[in-house]
Amino acid sequence: MAWFEQWVLTVILFWPLLAALVILWLPKTAEDRIRRFAVWSSVVPLVLSVLLGWDYYTRFLNGQGGIQYEVKVTWIPQLNAAYHLGVDGLSIPLIFLTSLLTTLSLYYSARVIRYRVKEYFFLFLILQTGMYGVFMALDLVLFYVFWEVGLVPMYFLIGIWGHDNREYAAIKFFLYTLVGSVAMLLAFLALYFAAGTFDILELMEKRPYEDNIWAASLVFFGIFLGLAIKVPSWPFHTWLPDAHTEAPTAGSVILAGILLKLGAYGFLRILLPILPTAFAYWGYLIVALGVISIVYGAFVCMAQTNVKRLIAYSSVSHMGYVLLGVGAAGVALSGQVSFFDRNSAALAMDGAMLQMFNHGIITGALFFLAGILYERAHTFDLRQFGGLSSKTPYFYGLFMVAGFAALGLPGLAGFWSEFFVFRGAFDIVRVWAAVGVIGIVVTAAYILWRVVMNVFLGEYDEARWGDKIWDLTGFEKATLWPLVALMVFIGVYPTPLVNFFNRAAVEILNQVGYMF
Amino acid sequence: MNGVLFLIPALPFLAFVFIVLFTHQNRRVSAGLTIGATAIAWLLGWYIAFQAFLNPDEVMEAPFRLTLPWFAGGYTVFYTGFQVDLLTAVMLFMVPFLCFLIFVYSLGYMEKDPRFSRFFAYLALFATGMLGFILADNLLLAFVFWELMGVCSYLLIGFWAFRRPEETHIDTAQVQRARAASLKAFLTTRVGDTIMLVGILLLYALTGSLRWDEALSPTSLKALAEQSTYIPFLGEVPWATVLAVLIFWGAIGKSAQFPLHVWLPDAMEGPTPVSALIHAATMVSAGVYLILRTFPLFYVVEEGANGAMGFVAFIGAFTALFAATMGVAQFDIKRVLAYSTISQLGYMFAALGIGAYVAAAFHLLMHAFFKALLFLGAGSVIHAMEHGHEHAHEHGHGHRTEESLPFNPNDMRLMGGLFRRMPRTAWTFVAGGLSLAGFPLITAGFWSKDEILAEAWYTGHSVVFWTLAIAAFVTAFYTGRQIFLVFFGEPRSAAAQHATESPTTMTLPLVILAFFAVAAGWVGIPEAFPGLGAVVRGWFQRFLGVQAEALGLHVEALPFEPAPVLISVAMALGGLGASWLVYGRRPIGVTDPLQGALGGLWMAWHRKYWVDELYQATVVAFARWLSQVAYRFDDAWVIDPLVDGVGRFGRWLGARVRRFIDEQIIDRAVNGTAWLSNLVGEWFRQIQTGQVQNYLLAVLAAVTVLLVLGLF
Repeated sequence: MAWFEQWVLTVILFWPLLAALVILWLPKTAEDRIRRFAVWSSVVPLVLSVLLGWDYYTRFLNGQGGIQYEVKVTWIPQLNAAYHLGVDGLSIPLIFLTSLLTTLSLYYSARVIRYRVKEYFFLFLILQTGMYGVFMALDLVLFYVFWEVGLVPMYFLIGIWGHDNREYAAIKFFLYTLVGSVAMLLAFLALYFAAGTFDILELMEKRPYEDNIWAASLVFFGIFLGLAIKVPSWPFHTWLPDAHTEAPTAGSVILAGILLKLGAYGFLRILLPILPTAFAYWGYLIVALGVISIVYGAFVCMAQTNVKRLIAYSSVSHMGYVLLGVGAAGVALSGQVSFFDRNSAALAMDGAMLQMFNHGIITGALFFLAGILYERAHTFDLRQFGGLSSKTPYFYGLFMVAGFAALGLPGLAGFWSEFFVFRGAFDIVRVWAAVGVIGIVVTAAYILWRVVMNVFLGEYDEARWGDKIWDLTGFEKATLWPLVALMVFIGVYPTPLVNFFNRAAVEILNQVGYMF
Repeated sequence: MNGVLFLIPALPFLAFVFIVLFTHQNRRVSAGLTIGATAIAWLLGWYIAFQAFLNPDEVMEAPFRLTLPWFAGGYTVFYTGFQVDLLTAVMLFMVPFLCFLIFVYSLGYMEKDPRFSRFFAYLALFATGMLGFILADNLLLAFVFWELMGVCSYLLIGFWAFRRPEETHIDTAQVQRARAASLKAFLTTRVGDTIMLVGILLLYALTGSLRWDEALSPTSLKALAEQSTYIPFLGEVPWATVLAVLIFWGAIGKSAQFPLHVWLPDAMEGPTPVSALIHAATMVSAGVYLILRTFPLFYVVEEGANGAMGFVAFIGAFTALFAATMGVAQFDIKRVLAYSTISQLGYMFAALGIGAYVAAAFHLLMHAFFKALLFLGAGSVIHAMEHGHEHAHEHGHGHRTEESLPFNPNDMRLMGGLFRRMPRTAWTFVAGGLSLAGFPLITAGFWSKDEILAEAWYTGHSVVFWTLAIAAFVTAFYTGRQIFLVFFGEPRSAAAQHATESPTTMTLPLVILAFFAVAAGWVGIPEAFPGLGAVVRGWFQRFLGVQAEALGLHVEALPFEPAPVLISVAMALGGLGASWLVYGRRPIGVTDPLQGALGGLWMAWHRKYWVDELYQATVVAFARWLSQVAYRFDDAWVIDPLVDGVGRFGRWLGARVRRFIDEQIIDRAVNGTAWLSNLVGEWFRQIQTGQVQNYLLAVLAAVTVLLVLGLF
């Protein structure tokens, strides 16, 4: 299986790009062929990422662990930049998530995208390569290139196939993220000048600016800005409600499901291991931003009348858990707490990673559901509906699973992330964690009060809607079922996923080691 | 043998999955699956429970267990599983049995409902939750099932919270009430659950485990009792007390204790079998079971320094009286019972708060039987009233005396004289009512309530004792009031006149429950009771005493004291007698005779002390206000305007720089600085046009710069 080990990442990474080039070559009018081709082509990386996960799970997870399937080829020798790929327990589930959500998005889009089909699928597949690249890259230049590659297709997806206010949303999304990227690029350069390499693994060993907290902080904030905008953390989040609301359904799914995770991933892959001192020093800041995002985002959700905007703000709130988790781990490293507990730090990081995955499937499903509602009613206004529980029981049932998962109901996926994050955080940053749990209550309020009560309960307005709203059709069920099934499976048996993430968390912590 | 434990919650869950995925079109198969799965779970449960009853010492030594690793988090592995010790066995006797009876009853009660299959699916899911909860061997798994019950409760309270125009079996007002009630129930309990989750997380962080036998082992308890933490305004508090109070908040929410009691009366919007099972017998008493489980945490800190026990006793005793008084002034037959449930749960917590472990468990069981019976009886009455109403309409009988009141099958003012119309329901309801009122010597409620009062008396908790004693009087009074209003006197509406007895699927469970509501209490007649004590010699106290001893509690058979028994008898008979004087002696109209006599006080009871209004005006209003302010802050006032402002500033700067450069060019001062400025200006100009390709170019340029830098 040496072939597999050497080539699997590269194949997954560039397959979508190749497919995109093939689409370029197909005639514009052959829309059905383009659709079919795009969907089927995305099955290949999906299968490969499942195989990848299986292979890693059986061979490495209980053995040596660590970064595997490494590929390192010199790319720009003058810069000492390399085509360096590799994955571990953190990236593999996220690669799987990328594959799954992309396939489902393409499948769903194949039925609902009706104009400029060729461009749409072309851009979508480019986007996929960009996302894979970020999760695989072990070189900062490579990381940066893929980071930016993801940006452009999403700009067009929002700007062309979006809703009414799409141009404003697209340009805001693009510029905002670009500002962060530029700051991040400068910080990467600073790392390069200090250590002479862009290689993440080498930088982890060398830890530039270890002895100079001010320089380290400067670099830290450069990268932090890029990541925090992407996550997004309060107060850098306002591009997100606009972008999500205006994006086409599949765009929102990918945006919330994967693109936000790129930022969170950067925290764990780059910021924490390369700049642990600065990370620990500013740990409380990350915790604070996380808690503010959780509580503030949740309250803002309660004021929404647009279902998509509500889900968008709920992403701010839910990604706050990720920040709280990584921030708490950072604080634990700083030795500023009364007792240093690596176990709690690992659990907090587990929670952050789980939240990345779970938020992907849950919010992905919620955006699909919102899109399905829009396809019928052509409005996102919550107050226009009522009584759908009786009219569309299947839709209701799946929404309830996703909604309850989002509000952290035990037995569904979302609970475990909250549980792990708060388990770690309550040991490390008790007061902040205590403020953060308010978010749990408010989340229940906005899901059940704003959405479920308005849309599904109450009376069905037969005169207004009649048969304009109908229950899920086959392809919609097929889009949603994998996500819903995953929510239940992870909720009941989180073991495999936790095993992946926990291994990665423990490895990162061991690598960072005891400090101070 | 131990593997069987897994089946008990798994079977109803499978039934749920099957109904949802496959059989929801077929009513009979759906109901059959739920009832069949529950029946098997019931038999398995009794098989295990009776083994424990026969060999308590063996089971205490080696509880039935099924343990599996769940996940590895951090540097530890979390094990989970199911276990049956004596306390579980007691619950295992009651829960699946009641589930089964109430599911059978539902066959008749929900017969005409178009969402019949959905109802049985939810019931099956609930059975999973409750059975899993009592069997769980750790707090985390218990919490999972605890919340599952919460969801089922939410779904079932809101069972009639939506409709299409063609669904005529429910009306608009009912839909509005049900959807408000379900939301209120979930959110109120969620508050308690979240506080409890904090307790669970802290317990996990401090002891490294959540299993009953590890987290609450003597060593970790000792550590928790000795270590303390600083809490503002309270000073140093032992961790055990902090954790106990946090976990108790979960029970406050779930068992509807003050100040989170407001959801339970509204929960009566759910179908009556749901009220009987979830909101009387099982889920709401899960809070008591939770405290029984975690009792060492409450108990470990020595008396005097122990705030947790005092807190529990205060909440329990206060709620017992507080809720009972509200029950006096309700007209809805189910709401009276709902307040009664809150009040009786308060008794159990009061018992726990004074250390009466066994008495609390005993009352939990007895209450489950007689309150389920009362609810099912009420359901039978409501069913009959609805049919009577239809019948009266069909035959053109006009309304007689209820002109001023709209028809509501739950309204006791429209009932009366139903004893003759539906004797089986009436007899069983009276049996349950007497048990609730604590009618001396024969009823189960007497023995269990007496146990609590005797313990309070014996341990010298006189405030708790007298509060509970007065509550006992009020309980007997509202029970008597209910019985007289519903079953005696003359029918006060056409519906009541035409009511008929319910079908056998409904009355048979009533008869079986009536037997338990009376006779079950005899297993707990204290040994020291004169004459009767010799019959079972306090079997229940001895049985559960083994468990209590193992938890480090001192359990001794109380000596017989006449005073508390006489007071308790006097309260029960006094309350019943007083209710006869007011409601039984002469016919009554639509106005409650007490309303005139008590005036403002009666109004306070009737309006539930205005607690709902208070919450609405404070907590709810504040949350809404805050959400609006936060959104304005985000979107209109500060953050987004700032972002847009930066964008506008960029455009402005770009334009200015460009003009500046133009002038420079006109001035022929072309130099390197201007060239750079031009570049910047051009760049900013692009922002206006939004040509993204240029940015990609910029990125490429940056990489090129890198390359160039790398060359040197």
